[in-house]
Amino acid sequence: MMEKFNRKYNQLILLLACFSILASCKKGDEPAPEFVETNLAPFSVEFDNIIGDRTLTFNNTAAPYTNAAGEKFTVSMLQYFISNIKVATADGKEYAVKQDSSYFLIRSSDKATRFAKVRVPEGDYTRLTFTLGVDSLRSTMGIDKRTGVLDPAANGDHDSGGMYWGWNSGYIFFRFEGNSGVISDNVNGDPTGKKQFKYHIGGFGGYAAPTINNIKTITVDLTTAGIAKVRKDRQSNVHLFVDAMKVFNGPNGFSIAAHPNVMFSDYSVNIAKNLTTMFRHDHTEN
Amino acid sequence: MMSKKQMLIIFSLCLFVYACKKSDMVQEQVEAFLGFQQPANFPEPVYKLSANPVSKAGFELGRSLFYEARLSRNNTVSCGSCHIQSSAFTQHGHDVSHGIDDRLGTRNSPPIMNLAWNKAFMWGGGIFDLDLQPVAPITNHEEMDESVENVMAKLRLLPKYTTLFKNAFGTEEITTARMMKALSQFMVMCISSNSKYDKVMRKEAGASFTAQEQQGYLLFKEKCASCHSEPLFTDGSFHNNGLSLSPINDQGLYTATLIATDRYKFKVPSLRNLKYTAPYMHDGRFLTLDGVLEHYHSQVQDLPNLDPILKNGARLGIALSDDDKGKLLAFLATLNDETFINNPALAEQ
Repeated sequence: MMEKFNRKYNQLILLLACFSILASCKKGDEPAPEFVETNLAPFSVEFDNIIGDRTLTFNNTAAPYTNAAGEKFTVSMLQYFISNIKVATADGKEYAVKQDSSYFLIRSSDKATRFAKVRVPEGDYTRLTFTLGVDSLRSTMGIDKRTGVLDPAANGDHDSGGMYWGWNSGYIFFRFEGNSGVISDNVNGDPTGKKQFKYHIGGFGGYAAPTINNIKTITVDLTTAGIAKVRKDRQSNVHLFVDAMKVFNGPNGFSIAAHPNVMFSDYSVNIAKNLTTMFRHDHTEN
Repeated sequence: MMSKKQMLIIFSLCLFVYACKKSDMVQEQVEAFLGFQQPANFPEPVYKLSANPVSKAGFELGRSLFYEARLSRNNTVSCGSCHIQSSAFTQHGHDVSHGIDDRLGTRNSPPIMNLAWNKAFMWGGGIFDLDLQPVAPITNHEEMDESVENVMAKLRLLPKYTTLFKNAFGTEEITTARMMKALSQFMVMCISSNSKYDKVMRKEAGASFTAQEQQGYLLFKEKCASCHSEPLFTDGSFHNNGLSLSPINDQGLYTATLIATDRYKFKVPSLRNLKYTAPYMHDGRFLTLDGVLEHYHSQVQDLPNLDPILKNGARLGIALSDDDKGKLLAFLATLNDETFINNPALAEQ
């Protein structure tokens, strides 16, 4: 009797194990669907802003951040344009999100804006590419094409978060502001005495003549931290950490005291290079 | 009793008469507002009118917006405040523009004139599309100090604009694109093409230069026309014309391009309507045309990027005798266009 029960029990376990293997097969190793450009499914990229080893909090004077130059600072604003999202499969199939649906303004003051939600064909993607900034073509388009986040009137005025330069037609690609005690109160720092730093990085390459081009293409390899399996019945989300500490500590490291304000200037090119190192793939939710 | 057939005939006759009447009315309206007309002696416009054709309603909305003080933070300054029609849409008597809260800008208010032929805007460039131009003065701290978003919020509260936007664009919706396109429709209609010079060039009846004007014209072609090219009297390019550096060290085009060879280059202004647009140069430093001519004759500074035309061997500038100056001034006076500064359609209504 006991033996019989054991045998049955073993069979049951075996059966269960088989099921669970099958089930895990389905989730993990299911073959990628055929790549069809019109077979679109939801896909998102999450821009999770951090500062070095810590999450981003605003105006945290109790526990300021410290950059590689040893300068303590707090952050009051961080926002940037992400555009022209592209994905690629391991076997080289590429898909570029439709232009008109491919412009996002990530504003760290509004958590809802941290996702760039797009639609791409069902498939398994090993590479993600996007633009940090607004491409030169869109930067020179007529007013009719400048809607949504690209509306020159959007996002408030220049002091409250505007991302458009009226005097030199073009978008601010990356805007990062905060405070640091190392900033002088004279014209080389912040004459208002508020000890503010401001980095407004833009420059699409010029309209009539070539000028500085700070448009950056970021490519993220997804094979290490998790490929994106885009299916219609799921929400595949590539979760990126965006480390704003790299503004100061990137390959062209600098001190806040030396460059507290960088806007449309030659020096902005150095900072724009730093920005390309901010993006790190943490994981993918499939 | 009329038969059915008779009734039908009468009815269709009525329809026919009505239709005729309607088409006559439409034709009348078309005749009253001609839209954008390219003057016979002007080239093709640069502005893409096909993307924003000028309609009567669009022009009228643009005109209202141009004279609308709500474009500024405290509703005190309109476009027309610094661009006054009687001064050929400049701010007469002000070296640099006088904006909100009595703040002063750094540059002389340029004319709103023949902008459909402009390739770039502002003395120092930076803006290449007329539709994007108004964002600059609206948001500039010294000019209107307002946000475009807030301007639209203020306009939405006014029934006048609900109607005007609906007339111009079909619905009441107020958007950045609609507001900017309406302003452009008004601005491209600010055409100055009826000066004595234009009439002579178009060989209109009775129009001819005096001997002095004709000699001035020849001198102009020899000494000025390389930058101030006809018929707009600017080639739209940027040059360093040897002005001594200003106390604020305005670097002109360089600020917008960061190209070293653009330092101290400013846009070539048109020579039309000089009678109404004093003072002159990007910072309004010359109060009279005599002052301007004397600059070219004897005050040109040898600064980096000085235009090569102004440097012939050891001599800087353009040699001008008193006689030359008199003739040039006589010719320049033929470029004044009274019909432009008095055109009632361009005035605040």
